[in-house]
Amino acid sequence: MTRFSFARWLGILIKEFIQLRRDRLTFGMIVGIPIIQLMLFGFAINSDPKHLPTAVVMADPGPFSRAWVAAMRNSDYFTIVGSVDERQATALLERSEVQFVVTFPPGFNRDLMRGKPPTLLVEADATDPMATGGAISVLNKLGAEVFAPDLPGLRPPAQPLVDLRIHRRYNPEGVTAYNIVPGLMGVILTMTMVLMTGLAMTRERERGTFENLLATPATPLEVMTGKIVPYILIGLIQVTLILLAARWIFDVPMHGNLLLLYAVVLIFICANLTLGITFSSIARNQLQAMQMTFFFFLPSMLLSGFMFPFRGMPEWAQAVGNVLPLTHFLVLVRGILLKGNGIDMLWAQIWPILAFMAGVLTIGLKTFRKTLD
Amino acid sequence: MDELVIDVAGLNKHFGDKHVVRDLALQVRKGEIYGFLGPNGSGKTTSIRMLCGLLTPDSGSGTCLGLDVLKDSAAIKRQVGYMTQKFSLWDDLSIVENLDFVARMFGMADRREAVDRAIDELGLGGRRKQLAGTLSGGWKQRLALASCLLHRPRLLLLDEPTAGVDPKARRDFWEEIHRLSAAGITILVSTHYMDEAERCHRLAYIAYGNLLASGTADEVVANCRLNTWEIAGDGIHGLAERLRQLPGIDLVASFGTALHVSGTDAAQLAASLQTIQAETGLSIAPVAPSLEDAFIHLMQHTADPLGH
Ligand SMILES: Nc1ncnc2c1ncn2[C@@H]1O[C@H](COP(=O)(O)OP(=O)(O)OP(=O)(O)O)[C@@H](O)[C@H]1O
Ligand SMILES: [Mg+2]
Repeated sequence: MTRFSFARWLGILIKEFIQLRRDRLTFGMIVGIPIIQLMLFGFAINSDPKHLPTAVVMADPGPFSRAWVAAMRNSDYFTIVGSVDERQATALLERSEVQFVVTFPPGFNRDLMRGKPPTLLVEADATDPMATGGAISVLNKLGAEVFAPDLPGLRPPAQPLVDLRIHRRYNPEGVTAYNIVPGLMGVILTMTMVLMTGLAMTRERERGTFENLLATPATPLEVMTGKIVPYILIGLIQVTLILLAARWIFDVPMHGNLLLLYAVVLIFICANLTLGITFSSIARNQLQAMQMTFFFFLPSMLLSGFMFPFRGMPEWAQAVGNVLPLTHFLVLVRGILLKGNGIDMLWAQIWPILAFMAGVLTIGLKTFRKTLD
Repeated sequence: MDELVIDVAGLNKHFGDKHVVRDLALQVRKGEIYGFLGPNGSGKTTSIRMLCGLLTPDSGSGTCLGLDVLKDSAAIKRQVGYMTQKFSLWDDLSIVENLDFVARMFGMADRREAVDRAIDELGLGGRRKQLAGTLSGGWKQRLALASCLLHRPRLLLLDEPTAGVDPKARRDFWEEIHRLSAAGITILVSTHYMDEAERCHRLAYIAYGNLLASGTADEVVANCRLNTWEIAGDGIHGLAERLRQLPGIDLVASFGTALHVSGTDAAQLAASLQTIQAETGLSIAPVAPSLEDAFIHLMQHTADPLGH
């Protein structure tokens, strides 16, 4: 076996950098993907959607229920589309034509007069929890505002006037908006890192240049790591772009140590690059490498806790999710950024990423074909 | 002069159930220019790849530069210059970047000088920054040759190095090959051109994975035991089809205003030609069979087991 040669490794590194610089499309993707994704998701973070279509099921018309509806309308968060019966309301919700259904039960006005808090049922379409969060919090405050002038001193504020029951339909555990930026960071890195390096070796094979590379004394380890390093830099650039946007455009709080964050990011990037380069040596051509990337990308999106709350998933899905680096990365980044966690609290999430990386690298070096067979 | 640089025997290679190279035995001496010929798909490229460790033979053994072809491919690679049939330098690197990369891969101490010298010798000084992918086909070939000579290999494996190269460049190329050979470098070169085959010291002819003939050009021709006659005159037009029907005639080839008629059975061939001469009155005379006659004969007399 030939020894690792730093000079050869450097040669591969330089070559990769030059090729990367000439590849406009790839370069555009590297900068473009984070920016576009951030803008798309960013609007969801930033915007506090208003004028959400709302249907009212009115079983007890009266002064207080009318005042309540008026207050909702005045809050700007709700656009009342009309009064309907229960069956129609359910249908509207199911067809996504309304975001909320507010049901005033029989005896609403009477109970309120007697000082017995009536039940007010609010059903929310929470498939997109970010869309409903703002409106629901407004709803909570509405009670005091609506009835304070009419029922002065009737009830001390210790006991709510209305028993507000909110049913978040379709997605019981709401995801908070700040989850998105750390999550996005992980998703973007997973996608670009695995894809770019996945194409790196298959591109050589498809263009026939692999034969030339193989005819030189370069070793698999030199080729693999030499191809990885430029992408580490790219990943760090992407992370910086995202963090800058998070801080200055979306006002995401950053409580933790940034250096620590970058260290974690570095480990995560390396894990993804190792996977990409391994895909690259297994795949026969660029198309296969691309398919493998998406085969990995989908569970990463779905089972890591980025799309759906991790704790809400069935056990088998959690088991799969626990293998994926993104799962642990999300916890790490949220911990550092939002909770200000220190290094002592991170180890439990770091070793699974390292284990993933070691396993994949072993497979990669085993499957690297030193011949054209 | 008798040191063997390539000495392999019994090399076999299968792709799936296709037996692509069958029991190949090859002996190439130091400083020799060894021509490697055979029809398309006969296994030339596959054989060359096995010699420099890019493909693992299914069976067989032997040495290349005194190193075991099966075990020492890493050491062999360092001393071999391999020029691939298809251009395999990096299209998106410039001429100088390509050469520089190759020089780095071989860990050359005097990298810069070697690259500059190679570019000067190519006569590409003014275009060193041009991307390799934008070169014309012939120039790509010349760049590829320069790149595989860069690390001063002791053995050159050239896979159709002159395909698509103009006659002047081709002649320059062969001059260079002979210069290298005189300097003690061994060269194995595959080609489809007869004039190039004749410039080699020795030849091997391989068809459908079988080594059919080897030796000097004269030996190869002699071993075919062909008798060749030339028919010349105005009436040869349309004669070839008739000739092919006659007994003893294995091969009819047109050479401009003459036909070469060959066969292994001298008596039958002469008898058939006599009838033709009696009928047409054309001039018919025996000639020495050419290398091309020999090769076409070899090609026609091997069944194609791969069904090409
Ligand atoms: N990687 C491969 N997988 C499967 N079959 C292959 C592979 N490489 C070559 N072959 C087959 O092996 C046979 C010999 O191919 P090879 O390239 O060695 O021929 P060649 O003599 O170099 O032909 P040419 O003169 O056209 O270059 C062909 O039938 C080809 O289809
Ligand atoms: Mg070939």
